[in-house]
Amino acid sequence: MTTKEQLDQVTILLAGDSGDGIQLTGSQFTQTTALFGNDLSTFPDFPAEIRAPMGTIAGVSGFQIHFGSSEIYTPGDLSDVLVAFNAAALKKNLDRLKDRGIIICNTSGFDKRNLRLAQYEENPLLDDKLRENYQLIEIDVTKMTRDALSESGLGPKDRDRCKNMFVLGFIYWLFGRPMQGTVDFLDNKFKRKPEIAEANIKVLKAGYYYGDTVEAIPSTFEVSPAKMQRGTYRNIMGNQAMAIGLVAACKKAGLPLFFGGYPITPASDILHELAKHKNFNVKTFQAEDEIAGICTTIGAAFGGSLGVTASSGPGIALKGEAMGLAIMLELPLVIINVQRGGPSTGLPTKTEQSDLFQAMYGRNGEAPMPILAAASPKDCFATVYEACKLAIEHMTPVMVLSDGYIANGAEPWRFPEASSLEEISTKFVDEKDAEDFKPYGRDENLVRQWATPGMKGFEHRIGGLEKELESGNVSYDAKNHQTMINIRSEKVNKMANIIAKISPDSGELNGKLAVLGWGSTYGAIKTAVKGLILEGLDVAHIHLRHIHPMPKNLEEVLKSYDHVLIPELNDGQLIKMIREKFLIDAKGLSKVEGNPFAAGEITEAIKSYYS
Amino acid sequence: MMEVKSQEEKAKKPELKARDFVSDQDIKWCPGCGDYAILKQMQSALPEIGVKKEDIVFVSGIGCSSRFPYYMNTFGMHSIHGRATAVAAGLKAARPELSTWIITGDGDALSIGGNHLIHILRRNPDVNIMLFNNQIYGLTKGQYSPTSELGKVTKSTPSGSIDHPFNPLSVCLGAGGTFIARAMDRDPKALKELIIETHKHKGSSLLEIYQNCPIFNDGAFSAFTDKETKKKETVYLKHGQPLIFGDKLQYGVKLDGVHPIVVNIEEEGQDGLWIHDETDKIKAYILTQLFDDPEAGGHLPRPFGIFYKEERFCYEDAMQAQVDHAREQKGDGDLEALLSGNNTWIVD
Ligand code: SF4
Repeated sequence: MTTKEQLDQVTILLAGDSGDGIQLTGSQFTQTTALFGNDLSTFPDFPAEIRAPMGTIAGVSGFQIHFGSSEIYTPGDLSDVLVAFNAAALKKNLDRLKDRGIIICNTSGFDKRNLRLAQYEENPLLDDKLRENYQLIEIDVTKMTRDALSESGLGPKDRDRCKNMFVLGFIYWLFGRPMQGTVDFLDNKFKRKPEIAEANIKVLKAGYYYGDTVEAIPSTFEVSPAKMQRGTYRNIMGNQAMAIGLVAACKKAGLPLFFGGYPITPASDILHELAKHKNFNVKTFQAEDEIAGICTTIGAAFGGSLGVTASSGPGIALKGEAMGLAIMLELPLVIINVQRGGPSTGLPTKTEQSDLFQAMYGRNGEAPMPILAAASPKDCFATVYEACKLAIEHMTPVMVLSDGYIANGAEPWRFPEASSLEEISTKFVDEKDAEDFKPYGRDENLVRQWATPGMKGFEHRIGGLEKELESGNVSYDAKNHQTMINIRSEKVNKMANIIAKISPDSGELNGKLAVLGWGSTYGAIKTAVKGLILEGLDVAHIHLRHIHPMPKNLEEVLKSYDHVLIPELNDGQLIKMIREKFLIDAKGLSKVEGNPFAAGEITEAIKSYYS
Repeated sequence: MMEVKSQEEKAKKPELKARDFVSDQDIKWCPGCGDYAILKQMQSALPEIGVKKEDIVFVSGIGCSSRFPYYMNTFGMHSIHGRATAVAAGLKAARPELSTWIITGDGDALSIGGNHLIHILRRNPDVNIMLFNNQIYGLTKGQYSPTSELGKVTKSTPSGSIDHPFNPLSVCLGAGGTFIARAMDRDPKALKELIIETHKHKGSSLLEIYQNCPIFNDGAFSAFTDKETKKKETVYLKHGQPLIFGDKLQYGVKLDGVHPIVVNIEEEGQDGLWIHDETDKIKAYILTQLFDDPEAGGHLPRPFGIFYKEERFCYEDAMQAQVDHAREQKGDGDLEALLSGNNTWIVD
């Protein structure tokens, strides 16, 4: 008889060849788990090459899901369960499995050929050490799948393609999850090929019942639903949330959305998602290069659209000059950088936070631009929505920082009602003001008005040459240049009056240690700090969305602690800004390995302050 | 593909004069610069196209010619080097009803902005590109440009340029341009007519304008503009008319297979002369190859006028059609539905 073990949280890592259907298996398990009521967080790990050689370590694709009956903030550090579809998947990921963790492996992925490709000299499944250190569940998934479909009439290739469903069925059994969601999904996905739907469902069930029948493991697990805030939820990925946030902001503002961009990993999904929403008056322009990506949006913004472009570090570098133009023109633009490992082409599919300085200083001349950073997949929505509001209401380009980790990661989102979204007002001129129109006249926030082609009497010229105060005519006057430099800087600084004041995300003010984070380190820091507060440590977590301008009270808040620790996935960038701005002796925790912080790494760094 | 009313039909003909298009800014080109003549013809052509002033936009890049928008009393943007085509492509896609004009030069369009130029031409938005070709970098004080002749001695090429120059119209036609024409600053009448033609053409119109830079490259086009030589060195293309030239129109161009040759009409008569067909792309390719150095022996005359014209759907119309279609199919965007997506669950 199999028993049931109650767990608070579990991390599963699925790994196999790119062609094994890992991502689909992961997203189905995610969907089912979300519907079941667990809080969760997921992260896919794609190989950089689209079709790396089968069976090799370079070709391993992964999907990690962390779910639980309490709040979950990261896709998990080490996993409890590793599903290895082949030898390469085991080799690549074994060090990400906890001691005594469960390995579910497909034994036919450990034949001679696979072992050779994974560069194993001996079959690791025969290694006594592996069996001692972990709980090994060996299943010949390929054979089981083929057997289950022996009468299906499908060819061997089609049959083998179903093997991920066997594994999915098996882990459904292991964690006591219902299969119905996936059954419906398959029926729908293969509407036109019912025989394929039927085969997949059959194998899914075979996997589930296999677990049940053979009692593959002494105990199955139960992770009961989390006590989540009441409301309606959906699952959301970072890039998707970014796109939806853009559309929502434009709809609220009553503006057309124009997106100009060039495909680049890991930002392209923003373009893909936006292209689906043309009925929101969204126009997407896949440009000939990164420069045209932003320049087309500048043209569109001149014409009265919100201009949006998205890229990653290398593309943002190419857009630098045009960003300067947008700053000079004072037109509403949102520029999204989904950061990846750099420099140069760097690590395209890996995550990093090393473009903060690029966002802050990466343009010629004094070219200040507001910068906001998203903390998590769902936070991309709120962050980009606020960025759009600032861009439109303050007539300025705004930079939004995301990264590969949150762009592709997913989590449940208690999405807002449309009516609860903040209003966004536009700065269009009033028709009757044509007479005294000054293209660079300003309001009390130093914001200029928006007069677009087609508005009679408002014909005017703008450009990248320095503007004369108010008239906007070209001016080479020395004093005027200083004035305009000051205005452009002050205009951004004044936004600090509007953005939210900062307070600790976890913990209290006036303590021993504040851990200050920005961007995607949010989840790991939160997990670490919350854990340590429970252990009784006097530590707080401060999370910074507004990189520039910073919240007005940030200095005061940071100075209320004895120590400030700033973990970053770069060589120390925010820390330099904080030290320079506030003369605080903050310490950094840097890591530039292409992957996110594990909560444990942060925990350790915090503990060093208390030993 | 789709029916779109021409701008003439949409706009009531406003009573505009050339001076309505003159802005209040002092013009800062060097005295004698060919840009003055082009500006003047533009200001005199625009009242005739029947578009409201506020619906006209000039977008430029960087270079002497790119100061042009400041001198036009319309909407305008002086953008960054090479990118006018990209900025205008976005503006036109977002606002299809605007009459959009691009002012660029040989360095701006063909060197730093070469990529955007070829791509705007293949997408074919309804914009008018005025490519001021003076075969030199003027604003940076006289370096050779991608259209400067081989061997050109400039500050950056004291031993002579070793860059093979572009043949701009051949590049543009090769990129899929739907309207390819050439004019010059010194022939204002033809220039004005061609400016109006670029407006009439629905699609990206590329008008190369030979523009003299008296400061850094004086006389680059003198063979085509000087009284003594111009009749012999230029041939004006007129749809349906034979290619004839010469001070007494005594020469004609004929095709010998695919090779153009010059014949003396007085001796050989008009039979078999090349009759210009502006819709014939193959012949247009050959026409763009009439690009000989006027100094070379046995050279052919340089053509001016409209080389090629083709009806092809415009990018902005197709883009708008997709938006309209999506709205018909799915209705105007429903924000609640967007936020909730297709898979939700309730926690209570
Ligand atoms: S440098 Fe040449 S092209 Fe430039 S304004 Fe002077 S004459 Fe004209």
